[in-house]
Amino acid sequence: MSGRSLRTLSIASVVAMAIYLGLVFFYAPIEAEEGFLQKIFYLHVPLAIVSLAGFVIGGLMAIAHLRTREARWDLRSYVTIHMSLIFGLGALITGSIWARGSWGHWWVWSEPTLVSFLIVMLLYATYQPLRFSIEDPDRQARYASVFAIVAGAFVPMSFLAVRLSTAYLHPRVLGSSSNLPGPMQLTFVVAMAAIGLLFATMCSYELAAKRTRILVKSRSRILGYR
Amino acid sequence: MSSVPETLPTVGTRQAVGALLRKDLLVELRTLEAAPGMALFAVSTFVVFHFALNRNSLEGDLAAGVLWVTLLFAAILGVNRLFVADAEQGGIDGFLLAPVDRGAMLLAKATTLLAYLVVLELVAVPAFALLLAGAAVGHELGGLVAVLALADLGIAAIGVLVAALAVRTRARDLIGPLLALPLLVPVAIGAARASAPLLAAGHGGRWLGLLALYDLVFGLIAYAVFDFLLED
Repeated sequence: MSGRSLRTLSIASVVAMAIYLGLVFFYAPIEAEEGFLQKIFYLHVPLAIVSLAGFVIGGLMAIAHLRTREARWDLRSYVTIHMSLIFGLGALITGSIWARGSWGHWWVWSEPTLVSFLIVMLLYATYQPLRFSIEDPDRQARYASVFAIVAGAFVPMSFLAVRLSTAYLHPRVLGSSSNLPGPMQLTFVVAMAAIGLLFATMCSYELAAKRTRILVKSRSRILGYR
Repeated sequence: MSSVPETLPTVGTRQAVGALLRKDLLVELRTLEAAPGMALFAVSTFVVFHFALNRNSLEGDLAAGVLWVTLLFAAILGVNRLFVADAEQGGIDGFLLAPVDRGAMLLAKATTLLAYLVVLELVAVPAFALLLAGAAVGHELGGLVAVLALADLGIAAIGVLVAALAVRTRARDLIGPLLALPLLVPVAIGAARASAPLLAAGHGGRWLGLLALYDLVFGLIAYAVFDFLLED
């Protein structure tokens, strides 16, 4: 994606982000128990969901790469996982702040979602070291795809295992949108859309940058600059 | 595989697995590089735990935790060694030249790792009972063997994948454990929780279920993606 469509996507995500922030700060009601702090929910939960979805989508793209052997699928898978790592880091940090604010601790082992998220992040943190310690570009793409598939399948498995191992200490209200009052639910849906769009836009920019770099490299090789 | 010319007689997968397994176990018997090291590591780790925790005997949660952390770390030692000799001495290239299904390599290596794990546990579990667990292990030996078997299958499936992924990288000694540990967290959870009641003279059916599900999912995934790690 480049040129006009990238511009349209960028404008759409800027508009969505503006509406989203407006709703969070001026429309969504202050929650009775947690007060203003609860608004971090509209940032933390979409970041976490989008990054987990990104990990799984990265795995699906890796399947496409192994099936078709086209380098562009590997590039897409790489960019998606890379961006998911960044969003996931954001989710961990906001989750930690939220935990500190509402439960008094920066880290809470009894919150299964947080713990499984950490395990998934630890696994994906090895994606880049693995990838870039393989020199042959073809093998690098293949091995990275195998990793992305195994890790993508690991995401739900990790959540299942950790969820089973933890007693429910904290209300599940915070984790799901199904039992939120109307204005909160609307804000949450807009937040999901805005963060999702932001993710897609940033992936597109990174893809465009990577493609341009590859293009420039091949052109300069043709022209004989080194 | 489709690239095999039809005029060549192909060797059956079972035969290929048998040959590879024989080779691996023979090499291990002659060099004693992996399994004894893993067992020794486990015993030393128990000693370290004894001093680090300052306890003479453990039970329940703590016993299960110490046992499984030790077994997983020792298993990772074996995972790290699994493909090294083949990669360095051309074993993988030789295998790729042979007209056999590549899944044979997966099965053979997984069985080899399973054999290492059995040797490891034959030493480590009695040592654990002797050094740290007191008499608690004897009562529920059958249950513990079931947990060990299910956990070993999962470790073998993921271990072969991780070993094959890591062996071609520059920093394989580092990449292997870094990949393996998070992937094995569900095994650690399932195995430790399933064996905790067994080590507390006191049953964890769903944990066995979790281990079995893990074995199934990652066994299938390993089978599906392993071929891509071998082609060069």
